[in-house]
Amino acid sequence: MLLYILRRLLYVLPVALAVSLVCFLLVHIAPGDPLISVLPPDASQQLQEEMRKVYGFDRPLPVQFGIWIGRAVQGDLGSSIATGRTVASEVGRAVGNTFILAVAATLLGFVLGALFGFVAGYFRDSWIDKAATTLAIAGVSLPHYWLGMVLVIVFSVWLGVLPAVGAGPGGSTDWAWDWAHIRHLILPAVTMSVIPMGIVTRTIRALVGDILSQEFVDALRAKGLTDGGVFLHVVKNAAPTALAVMGVQLGYLLGGSILIETVFSWPGTGFLLNAAIFQRDLPLLQGTILVLALFFVGLNLAVDVVQTALDPRIKRG
Amino acid sequence: MSGAEPLLSVAELTKHFPVLGGLFHRRVATVHAVDALSFELAKGETLGIVGESGCGKSTTARLTMRLLEPDAGRIALGGAEVGRELSLRALRRRVQMVFQDSYASLNPRLTVEDTIAFGPRVQGASEDAARAKAADLLARVGLDPMLFARRYPHELSGGQRQRVNIARALALEPEILILDEAVSALDKSVEAQVLNLLLDLKAQLCLTYIFISHDLNVVQYISDRVMVMYLGRMVEIGPVEAIYGGARHPYTRALLSAMPSMDPERRTQEAPLAGDPPNPIDPPSGCRFRTRCAMAETACERAVPAPTALGAGHAVACHMAAPGSGHSRAAT
Amino acid sequence: MSAPAAALTPVAAPAARGYWANVGRRLTRDPVSMACLGVLALILLAAVFAPYLGLADPYRGSMIRRLRPIGTEGYPLGTDELGRDMLSRLIHGGRLSLLIGILPVINAFVIGSLLGILAGYVGGRVNMAIMRTIDVFFAFPSVLLAIAISGALGAGIVNSLVSLTVVFVPPITRVAESVTTGVRNLDFVDAARASGAGALTVMRVHILGNVLGPIFVYATSLISVSMILASGLSFLGLGTKPPEPEWGLMLNTLRTAIYVNPWVAALPGAMIFAVSICFNLLSDGLRSAMDVRR
Repeated sequence: MLLYILRRLLYVLPVALAVSLVCFLLVHIAPGDPLISVLPPDASQQLQEEMRKVYGFDRPLPVQFGIWIGRAVQGDLGSSIATGRTVASEVGRAVGNTFILAVAATLLGFVLGALFGFVAGYFRDSWIDKAATTLAIAGVSLPHYWLGMVLVIVFSVWLGVLPAVGAGPGGSTDWAWDWAHIRHLILPAVTMSVIPMGIVTRTIRALVGDILSQEFVDALRAKGLTDGGVFLHVVKNAAPTALAVMGVQLGYLLGGSILIETVFSWPGTGFLLNAAIFQRDLPLLQGTILVLALFFVGLNLAVDVVQTALDPRIKRG
Repeated sequence: MSGAEPLLSVAELTKHFPVLGGLFHRRVATVHAVDALSFELAKGETLGIVGESGCGKSTTARLTMRLLEPDAGRIALGGAEVGRELSLRALRRRVQMVFQDSYASLNPRLTVEDTIAFGPRVQGASEDAARAKAADLLARVGLDPMLFARRYPHELSGGQRQRVNIARALALEPEILILDEAVSALDKSVEAQVLNLLLDLKAQLCLTYIFISHDLNVVQYISDRVMVMYLGRMVEIGPVEAIYGGARHPYTRALLSAMPSMDPERRTQEAPLAGDPPNPIDPPSGCRFRTRCAMAETACERAVPAPTALGAGHAVACHMAAPGSGHSRAAT
Repeated sequence: MSAPAAALTPVAAPAARGYWANVGRRLTRDPVSMACLGVLALILLAAVFAPYLGLADPYRGSMIRRLRPIGTEGYPLGTDELGRDMLSRLIHGGRLSLLIGILPVINAFVIGSLLGILAGYVGGRVNMAIMRTIDVFFAFPSVLLAIAISGALGAGIVNSLVSLTVVFVPPITRVAESVTTGVRNLDFVDAARASGAGALTVMRVHILGNVLGPIFVYATSLISVSMILASGLSFLGLGTKPPEPEWGLMLNTLRTAIYVNPWVAALPGAMIFAVSICFNLLSDGLRSAMDVRR
């Protein structure tokens, strides 16, 4: 067990390094000179050479990567070309907003998905099961950016009860736990929760079905255990996998929030990415993706470790 | 055995599997699947190989066919050593194998006919010839080609599938057939039919069998000679009457005494085997059976017992049978 | 008794249907799958033959007929923000949307199967090298990876195809590898090797036939995600460029119109949803139809 965690930790290092390499290379697969966005179009040959030296683009790629990663480890991800502020500070401000949105959506999706999944798994092939399964398939098939628009049409345009864009009153980008802010969270969080809802429903339905069809449940029933007792057993057996699915989903939402954030003008990392892409702000793009990807790697590690600790059946040596 | 040249001779065959573990997935231990195994096979005989599960019977089969690469040892067929005078391809044409799991050993996407015809096609037969061969073999193993040639494995019963597997193995006209627990998964009545089929085929086609099983009754029924294995090593080998009537190794005697018998007179007073065989990872030093042997002494710890010939092809690897081994029961 | 029985025996037993014929038969008995197949066929055919359907020009706008509601005479599904006919644009939009949604999965199916089968069949160091590289791409959430590559390469259909292909190669490779490893360890592969067949023959006859089916079904389950992602990239402005009709891009340009004519604005998304859910259900149907042991 301890050995497994240790080995898993050790394995994360090369993965994190490789992830950083991919992020580093993003700037270099980009067409054109990486300097183009920094320099005025009529920059002299001499100025170009100087800037190239300043940014280190005249060095060989491995050296550039070494310098870049050395700085990144110290928290220096360069500066945004568009705003001049450091990438770290830009990402730092946005990441909190994305985190709130993703956590809210994951929790909502998990609660709904667990509910639907349990009911569907318990009453296999009943109409409730069919309804829940249909809902789950719809959840994973929905273009969620479109669902966001539809919800805005219904709740903002028609009913006028919830705001359509932004994370707070008057375009505020700093989060606070008051109703004025939470109102803004509802629509994007509901929209985003549809995907984890669908996946969690499917997972838990399958899990519950599997567990109920196993012989030990019959044995429990034969021993005179009540339905409530059986239910507890099912929950205990399904929990590790369900929690693991939830953790991974949180990671996907954190990294994949760009579409929702664009629809709702939510001032998070997705919005930042969108801006970076269209202003060709490559350092910002690179830095944001690096932070999100490393977060995802860490989250997967945590999920693995927690699942191993929770589930006695998983013995990894 | 007579002095004639053996059809198959296996010498010092060894296979160890690494066990990976630890922080960096290094080799932390070794499974001694097969250790320095030697035996010979005369043309036309049936050699039974018995032992508990995990004793290396199946590994021996796969090594003999070179489906697994041995770590050491030589295999010679008709005096020609595999890898030198004899190519792998030639070995595999002359030695064929039937596996235990009749379902897993048939490709679910191929018809019975295509499965049987595959070998001849690979070896260069024309399509028509291979098809005719498949039909002929199906008839030989008791399946009407009209009814069965175009069926898929999931449409057959376990016994029928194993007949197809036998037909497939015979399609290359091998001299030796290795039957690895080939009837173990079948119902008793079906098992008897397939065993009789095997005996008939052997007589008709002058085959030589290596028959691997954990079922002592079946081995006694079909074999001419029997080899007993324990944790990757041969412990006793000999004609079937010598083994079943006068076994010398304590392990063989224990195995036989545990054999279910309908005859109350035959029930022996031998101590039954207790516990599971030790882990083949890092097996006991010296005689591997000593940890479960009632007669074990310090001599058994010190040296690996070499096979001692007892005459008439009967040999046993036990210090008690080896004069001067240092065991108190051995002749001095 | 034996004589009449023999007389009744046909000359040859009816040849058992091939595996895929059986799958097809089971699939046609599933009403949900058939309905989805029908919807998809309709949309696909309409998209392919769009120029011959006598529809309005999807590019010609009209400043005075902007954002007409559904049911306007001459414009059964209304007009968009530039006064272009929505029906025509939705049908024409299927051409690009289906192309950029399905093509990445086809590409990834070819590349991923090759890599995965190679890794699974050869094993050892080759497996290590391929699978560890794949692991790196699994360290990115799929949407983020698509955005990262698309964002760095810039907008454009080809770039969006490339980025989505990169997104779908790793999962397909992983499935292909695990299926191949599973099949490779079955006794019939050993039996085939024992027949003296070379590695390539064993691969062709015994491995491919047993692994391509499951990999294919898995790939079909990705089309739904790919449709959503491809249109999503266009929605962000990273895929198709205006004025091409494409559902994701249309959804983006109509976004400002939700206060004027919400239903028209929502139409392109409904198309993406319909195609995506049909592919999902069809993939599920195919999966259960391929389960031989039922």
